[in-house]
Amino acid sequence: MTFDFWSNLVEGQPGVSLLISISLLMLIMYVARQQAHQIIMTLARSIRNALRMMSQSIMYAERQLRARNREVLMAQGQEHAERFVEREFQRVETLVNRDLSGYPSLQRDLKEQITRIDEDYVQSGEVPPKPPEWLKAVETVAEIHDNGSPVVSKILTDIHGTLKKSLDKNMQEYRKANRERHGLLKKMMPYWRSLGNTLNSVEKKITGLEQRSMIIDGQMQSYEEIRNQSDHAERMLSSSSMTQFFISGLALCLAVVGMYVNFQLVALPMQEMVGAASYLGNSAIRASDVAALFVISIEVILGLFLMDSVGVTRLFPIVHLLEDHKRKIIFWVILCILFIFASIEASLAYMRDMLAADREALSQMLLGAEVAEPPLRWIPAVGQMIMGFTLPFVLTFVAIPLESFIHSFRTVGGLFLSWVLHVVVVLIRFIANLIYGIGRTLVSAYDLVIFIPLRIEQIIKPATTTVAEERAEPVRSELVQGAEAEQVKDT
Amino acid sequence: MINNFFKPLLIALVGVFLMGLLGLSACSERNTSKAVYVLVDTSGTYSQQFDKVGSVVRYLLGVLQPGESLALARIDSESFSETDIVARVTFDLRPSMANSQKRALIETLDEFGKTIKPSKFTDITGGVLQAIEYLNETAAGDKTILLFSDLMEEVKKGQVRDFPISFNGIKLVAINVTKLQSDNVDPREYQKRVDEWAARVEQGGGHWKMINDLNRLDNILQ
Repeated sequence: MTFDFWSNLVEGQPGVSLLISISLLMLIMYVARQQAHQIIMTLARSIRNALRMMSQSIMYAERQLRARNREVLMAQGQEHAERFVEREFQRVETLVNRDLSGYPSLQRDLKEQITRIDEDYVQSGEVPPKPPEWLKAVETVAEIHDNGSPVVSKILTDIHGTLKKSLDKNMQEYRKANRERHGLLKKMMPYWRSLGNTLNSVEKKITGLEQRSMIIDGQMQSYEEIRNQSDHAERMLSSSSMTQFFISGLALCLAVVGMYVNFQLVALPMQEMVGAASYLGNSAIRASDVAALFVISIEVILGLFLMDSVGVTRLFPIVHLLEDHKRKIIFWVILCILFIFASIEASLAYMRDMLAADREALSQMLLGAEVAEPPLRWIPAVGQMIMGFTLPFVLTFVAIPLESFIHSFRTVGGLFLSWVLHVVVVLIRFIANLIYGIGRTLVSAYDLVIFIPLRIEQIIKPATTTVAEERAEPVRSELVQGAEAEQVKDT
Repeated sequence: MINNFFKPLLIALVGVFLMGLLGLSACSERNTSKAVYVLVDTSGTYSQQFDKVGSVVRYLLGVLQPGESLALARIDSESFSETDIVARVTFDLRPSMANSQKRALIETLDEFGKTIKPSKFTDITGGVLQAIEYLNETAAGDKTILLFSDLMEEVKKGQVRDFPISFNGIKLVAINVTKLQSDNVDPREYQKRVDEWAARVEQGGGHWKMINDLNRLDNILQ
């Protein structure tokens, strides 16, 4: 049934043969029109429905994922807020213990100072001198007339002199008392200053506490929002999580660079220990490189536990269940091990410098050049030793960005996955609509191929046209209904 | 409680340690290590070319890594003998020790250059056989014979050297193949010598290469 067969139905007349063939084909297609339309549309609709079901399942999964993301986000936010509030309360407790524990003694000091000032003030009060007791007697004697008697005159003169002396003495005593009062008032000055300073320090402490309480208030508000699962809290936490993700990712990248530098310091001298020609299996990975990575990995792990033991990170919850003194013991143990590793690395770094120098000397010798010791050779050697010693301690801080990265990755990863699912849903819906559209196009194309018999049917048999239309109507109505339903669903 | 803390720490450390041990235990010397056998023709016509041998050996010492092997031997009247091996060394796995061995080898090379004596005959085949034997003993993945010679073989009467040699993947690199005076009379003789050796190596399952430009030493071990 090849093309040759159809073009040679009439011997020697390929044109006529083709015409007959096409006419036959059109006739068959015309007869099978309704069934063909149904098959095409059923197939298109089935595929579209299957894809729609698939997209609905994915949409359901996306909703679940979003809910899970929200839960994780809220849980993390709640935990973070709790930790923050807890920490603030610890600070307040420290402040109270440190500053306000001495408040009773402070109050006692203040009372003492006030009492002293009060006493001094009372003592510094001006007491008017009492008139002498004999003043009345003097007044009586002074009223006596001398009547020209010299004796009486002498007595009166003596009395006058005595009175004058007495007044001078009283004046001197009064001045002395005034001096003493001024002295007492002068002594009050430092007490006043001390009192002022004490009150200022109290004010500062109270202000510090006030600020802390304001911070706690703010954090408690956001905590309340998180507990209420508000949208604002979700947006806030989501944004914070994204920021944390990128910042911690950047910090981790820098940490990886640090690890690479550390690796370079250790890898070459490791060849002296495990051999330079040993490889991992049949791969091109040197055993010395593996050993160097092994050392660095141990340092990083120790760093993680160290940071957990001091409470900076919470990668291992079991660490936080330990009592404080036990955590202290663990901290010191790990610090000692890290110190040993740092010392080993420093010596390896020094060995690396020696090996490099030896290699350089050999290269110069092989080239026939004079082997010369470069000046200030000790500087890079010491620099490498210091780097080798400090890098293990620096790497312990990897725990902080690592924890942030892990926590933020849960939410950011969830968001990304949710976005991917959404894109997949859109794609599937697009493909479903495309396939349905192709089905409809195929139906139209089918009619286009057999347009001649359809036209003839319309011209010759108007009556039968109605029959043909009736035949085609179910298919057409299905098409229209399908299209309308599709539009409704899409909207 | 403290044990509960140390448990994950110990598990992590032991895990890393075991992984390290596993990794290191799986380590082995790769079969891509190199072994090079330098054969130097000391016949009358070629003995003046030793300075070129020195530069190539120095280059090889710079290229060869710890765990790899290098041997230096002369071609004289009876070359199929251990006594003709001037120096042979498999470099220590520790780079510092390997460097020391390289320094010692340079001294040996210089000493050999000073005491070299022209031989009456040129037993190239014997030297190549000795080289193959040594290289097979090293079990290296990449075996190379560097042949400093004019490729003109002159053996003693009674010596049998006209037989196929099994190279078994060994590369034979002829370096600085000088032309004899007779080659100037008939250059086809030079080409014939080269072709004969190339055919002998290829037929024996080896790889033949000829390098006369010593500025391209990086091609030697490729």
